[in-house]
Amino acid sequence: MKEQAIDIAVIGGGPAGLAAAIAAAKAGVERIVIFDRQAELGGILNQCIHNGFGLRYFKEELTGPEYAARFIAQLAEYPQIEVKLETMVVELTADKQLITTSRRDGWNLYQAKAVILAMGCRERPRGAINIPGTRPAGVYTAGTMQRLMNIEGFRPGNRAVILGSGDIGLIMARRLTLEGIQVAAVLELLPYSCGLNRNVVQCLEDFDIPLYLSHTVVEICGEGRVTGVKAAPVGSDRRPILERSFMIDCDTLVLSVGLIPENELSREAGVQMEPSTGGPRIDTGCRTSVPGIFACGNVAHVHDLVDDVSEESRIAGIAAAAYVLGEESIANGQKRVKVVPGRNIRSVTPQEIVAGEPSALYIRVAFPERDVVVTAGSHRSKHRIVTPGETVRIVLRPEDIDFNAGVLPVAVEGGEVNA
Amino acid sequence: MLLNGTETDVLIIGAGVVGSALARELSRYQLRVLLVEKEVDVAFGTSKANSGIVHSGIHDHPGTLKAKLCVEGNRLYPQMAEELNVLYKQNGTLVVARDASECEMLGQLVNQGLLNGVSGVQVLGREELHRLEPNLNPDLAGGLLVPSGGIVIPFDLVYALVENAVANGVQLAVSTEVWQIRWEGGQFIVETNRGMVKTKYIVNAAGLGAAKVAGMIGDESFTIYARKGEEYLLDRRLEGYIQRTVFPLPTPESKGILIIPTVEGNIMLGPTAHRVDSFHDFSTSAAGWDEIFRFTQRLVPGLQASDVITSFSGLRAAGDTGDFIIRPSELNTHFIHVAGIESPGLTAAPAIARYVVELLEDAGLRMTAKRFFNPYRLVVRIRDLSLEDRDRLAVKCPAYANIVCRCEMVSEGEIRDAVRRGATTLDGVKLRTRSGMGRCQGGFCSPMVMRILMEELGLKPEEVTKNGPDSPLLFGNLRDNPSCPEKD
Repeated sequence: MKEQAIDIAVIGGGPAGLAAAIAAAKAGVERIVIFDRQAELGGILNQCIHNGFGLRYFKEELTGPEYAARFIAQLAEYPQIEVKLETMVVELTADKQLITTSRRDGWNLYQAKAVILAMGCRERPRGAINIPGTRPAGVYTAGTMQRLMNIEGFRPGNRAVILGSGDIGLIMARRLTLEGIQVAAVLELLPYSCGLNRNVVQCLEDFDIPLYLSHTVVEICGEGRVTGVKAAPVGSDRRPILERSFMIDCDTLVLSVGLIPENELSREAGVQMEPSTGGPRIDTGCRTSVPGIFACGNVAHVHDLVDDVSEESRIAGIAAAAYVLGEESIANGQKRVKVVPGRNIRSVTPQEIVAGEPSALYIRVAFPERDVVVTAGSHRSKHRIVTPGETVRIVLRPEDIDFNAGVLPVAVEGGEVNA
Repeated sequence: MLLNGTETDVLIIGAGVVGSALARELSRYQLRVLLVEKEVDVAFGTSKANSGIVHSGIHDHPGTLKAKLCVEGNRLYPQMAEELNVLYKQNGTLVVARDASECEMLGQLVNQGLLNGVSGVQVLGREELHRLEPNLNPDLAGGLLVPSGGIVIPFDLVYALVENAVANGVQLAVSTEVWQIRWEGGQFIVETNRGMVKTKYIVNAAGLGAAKVAGMIGDESFTIYARKGEEYLLDRRLEGYIQRTVFPLPTPESKGILIIPTVEGNIMLGPTAHRVDSFHDFSTSAAGWDEIFRFTQRLVPGLQASDVITSFSGLRAAGDTGDFIIRPSELNTHFIHVAGIESPGLTAAPAIARYVVELLEDAGLRMTAKRFFNPYRLVVRIRDLSLEDRDRLAVKCPAYANIVCRCEMVSEGEIRDAVRRGATTLDGVKLRTRSGMGRCQGGFCSPMVMRILMEELGLKPEEVTKNGPDSPLLFGNLRDNPSCPEKD
């Protein structure tokens, strides 16, 4: 086992890792290695066989695998990018040393000059939301269900209830229906869907799938296989009203109850984390608190659109290249401001803005509102509606930011609560 | 596998930790031993939901079998764990007191421990207690430290015992349910769903089913009821947050709700203790969650519900005597009961096994030691190996370098080993390897484990189950006609 020296280690070959690696190669970095655990590049896009990807980035509508293919095809032009598939990065240090393992190459050590974290996210499982009841077969997270159907070609159930109406839950409702798996109900804890409005229409309404807002599963029933779930409405405190619970017969419960950025390696490397996103704290160059370690895509914060992942990751690739090529001093000398979340703000990414760098902010609000003004420094933009399900993306001009102030307040103002 | 006409010296009914420990103990002797289990896999009953505590013996009333066998069992653990390559650690037990009156009760526990033969017990003042465990509630007034208390992965132990027993000649039959027993011509004729077995001796280690099995020879001398315990498992992020197993002062019903570090670095909270009517009710409840968090947060205020990665429940097979029921049936001395094995049954198991060997000998079974008994069980766990050893292994067998379970770092090689070691279900693989036990709870690895089960066992998709025939995971393929014309 020998140590190999490389310029940039990209951990994850999904949309974030691909865009970052390509951008770094374009900027002139010599030796880039993408590590991915799967047998193919593309990450979770490979199992997202529905369309709706690429409207912003490519100005056309693509499926997940098609979107990934656009980037994978570009790799041929960049021999400086090496791809290590079925390879897992087991350890990462703050000194940018990596331990990897794979069937083909065994266990290996790498010393990188820069590391780009692009591991994506994972799903919140049943245990994390504590649904009481039995522990039968037939409780799947939406992503596992999607993999079992779209990649493995299995039929994991016959009649399902979906908990969670984020985009993944909505898309799975349509997917199950199209495969002849009946969707008895979609339940949503909140009084509104957390998915994109177009998905509520195209995935539920078009198929007459009932959506129960302000409802949750209070018990899973069945000994061997799921035989049903007990559902109940929730009060304004989001606690279930058990007296009004009712049974829904089903053999499958699909959980779509949130995504968690996958940051075990980031923590190991000592990267400072941001509680509001679950990802590392990053600046407009996707730099983390550890010099030479960058983070982009869903590992940094969960994105609504892969298009935004690609754009953010391109910036990470450029910044990592600058670090490796010794051009980092340009950003080092620049003034910075810290983003300070204000009214109705759950999270803002990036958390720091560096003068002279493109400043797109991804803002997630805490609750839905109508007719609001989003303010960031002297930036003001009107929005008809904001909900926690759709990130607000604003692009700041240099004159919007007072770099001498050190901080940049971001808030949602005015508006009526639209619960 | 048909058993029709199998003749054995000893039939052990039930492959939980007790039956398995006995099987291994008997495999030291020149005997024909058959171990039967009604579930699809061993350890699938009460043992799999055990808290995994190797008790010190201070909690049990002096003079009981529980006290005697707990202390003996505790002493047998280090060597047994070493031989069987089982995940075991002597992490020490703490009993904590909230106020002065509880501190006085600690003294009674010390005395009880002394009577039971537990040595090394230390009384701790407030400061010592918090120096040992800085994350305990600062308001706690004092405690006891029992150094011999330990932790073990209970199902890992059962698999190890069975694998070692089988390697030494014991016959194992899973999915085998005993239906009828009759005594005929100096031996038992046992009818099972897999045919008839003839045996000279029977050991009834049937757990929740022990009273039912006793009833098959007309013995109604005890009853078994189910006492449910819920447990909540926290993320390994908290490894080391609490290092010793923390007990409150016991109540008459139970040892209380505990904070249990696991050998694998998780923290487990539980168990509750509530009598239930059903022997099949493995549900967890909102009430159980509330009870456990209300209680444990008083001892360790920093525990957070958001760190829970999974919960489960198990049913203790409690007897009606307050003690273990380990004795020959009054109706037939060739029929030995090992029933009512509630806590500290896991700890006592190796001592129970030796005790039952004595009872069998007393009942006339000749015990002749084997010349070649192999006490060792080997198993590959790559996360326990050094980087160099991992790489060496990967060169010989690349499957050990292919990680399938990301959260717990389990390789394809270990999963294939698990199937060859006897796993036939997703849960069987999980309990043997930890694949799917981590923070994502099988989200990524379960499709791959399903594929490996299909390959290794030649199963169709619809034959892959979670934990037995009633728990199918899949209903075949989406496209059941693989030669669809679109392919061209």
